[in-house]
Amino acid sequence: MFKTTLHAFITAAKGLVVTLAHLFGARRSRKIRDVRKVDYFDKQDGVTTVQFPREKMPIPEVARYQLDVEIDDCIVCDLCAKACPVDCITIESVKSPDVIGKTSDGSVKRLYAAQFDIDMAKCMYCGLCTVVCPTECIVMTDQYDRSMTNLAELTYSFTDMTAEEVEQKKREWTRFQAEKEAAKNK
Amino acid sequence: MAFYLTYLIIGIVLFGFIAGFTLFAVYSERKIAGFVQDRLGPMETGKYGSLQTLADILKLIQKEFITPSAADNILFAAAPVIIFVAVFLGFAVMPWAPGMAPSALNLGLFYVLAIISVDAIGLLMAGWGSNNKFSLLGSMRAVAQIVSYEIPAGIALISVVMIAQSLNLQEIALNQGIKAASPQLFIGLWDVSGIGGILAWNVFQAPHLLLAYVIFFIASLAECNRAPFDIPEAESELVGGFHTEYGGLRFAFIFLAEYAMMFLVAMIGVVVFLGAWNTPLPNIGALKLADWTTGLVWGIFWTLSKTLLVVGVQMWIRWTLPRLRADQLMSLCWKVLTPLAFLCMAISGIWRVWVMV
Repeated sequence: MFKTTLHAFITAAKGLVVTLAHLFGARRSRKIRDVRKVDYFDKQDGVTTVQFPREKMPIPEVARYQLDVEIDDCIVCDLCAKACPVDCITIESVKSPDVIGKTSDGSVKRLYAAQFDIDMAKCMYCGLCTVVCPTECIVMTDQYDRSMTNLAELTYSFTDMTAEEVEQKKREWTRFQAEKEAAKNK
Repeated sequence: MAFYLTYLIIGIVLFGFIAGFTLFAVYSERKIAGFVQDRLGPMETGKYGSLQTLADILKLIQKEFITPSAADNILFAAAPVIIFVAVFLGFAVMPWAPGMAPSALNLGLFYVLAIISVDAIGLLMAGWGSNNKFSLLGSMRAVAQIVSYEIPAGIALISVVMIAQSLNLQEIALNQGIKAASPQLFIGLWDVSGIGGILAWNVFQAPHLLLAYVIFFIASLAECNRAPFDIPEAESELVGGFHTEYGGLRFAFIFLAEYAMMFLVAMIGVVVFLGAWNTPLPNIGALKLADWTTGLVWGIFWTLSKTLLVVGVQMWIRWTLPRLRADQLMSLCWKVLTPLAFLCMAISGIWRVWVMV
């Protein structure tokens, strides 16, 4: 019993010395916050807190945070929406009678993106959508600090078409189909 | 009439002091916790978060009284009052400076120990009145712990009282400095009356009193339910212990009582062991440091600074040591502290008869 008690006191004293060292070590703040630096793990003393809105941790420019879509390069294949585990991407396509154009990597665009919404409140930042994209138009950016007061604002819309344009393209497609049908029946 | 007015003013001043101390202590506790864990603690409200506790108390004051439908209304409402009043009344006999104490009772020390024990009833009322198994478990633990640890704490204090020969806190304080009527012996060998300072404090009057102070300090941590003995409110096991169901001003009073208790037990330790309002600086020849630093204002200064230092140590310990298990808590009390306290008391008796003749 006496031995255990003595041991308890000695270990308690050791712990108290450690916390006291940290208490006085808190006068300094940790300087190096960039994880890419070689000596990042050498700095073990001082306050670690990053006072967020006023100071930010340095992040690489290839950081993978919020999604961004280069809609000009999108062929509206819907693969990203299918890959998404939480179904945060909503895509609606309108077919085009003829080729619309080419993406920057040479893929042929045949569909209009009538709707391309990503609900960032649902997104879990897994990056599966960026992996499956054939034209690499959906990418993760270094943007992470976008707080909204309205939840609906977190649904990012990437389509460049107005409602009238969508209506017009839909009408074009129905007219094209009707013409094709008529040509077949002739 | 003027008599009662003085009573009222003293009560209000003491309450104001306790409230101010609690605000300060909660802030410093959060800061110390932050620094120990390499964090910053509160930073947003006011400069360096200094208005944080003021904002907290304003929030608590504005909140509604919520009583659970299954709770015992009377017990539930009365418990915070009893818990706080029990601790508050303890301050009635604590000496602050030479000739300055709210009440210089002859049985001061005995009164403090007795009135602190009422706290346990309040805790049990809070736990039982909440009609909640976690609250009841917490209060059962609290009462078991407080009642057990009163024994080593009390006996450690008795071993000092045997040396000091008085239960009057003001007299115990007086006998630890240059104003003492009876001669003091540093470790029972060197007559330090007239020299005073740290040498005349009770902890150094006899070697075993240092051990008695350690016992008292550990037991006092347990009595005010502080970590590492905070099993009554063990957040990880019991939600919040006996104050789970409390909110608003009632919770504020339980919190106030907890911090007032910290200050009170630290102050008892300071008064009985660490020289009360006496200066730690001794007279060295022509350098009359002790004479220069003794007086009404100095007395308050020394009492306050020593007590705050002890409170700081309590916080330091809280953020270092993990919580004890209930059985470890009991075995520490009954198998280690109580026998050691009895040993201290026995040595005190021998010391009184053979050394201090």
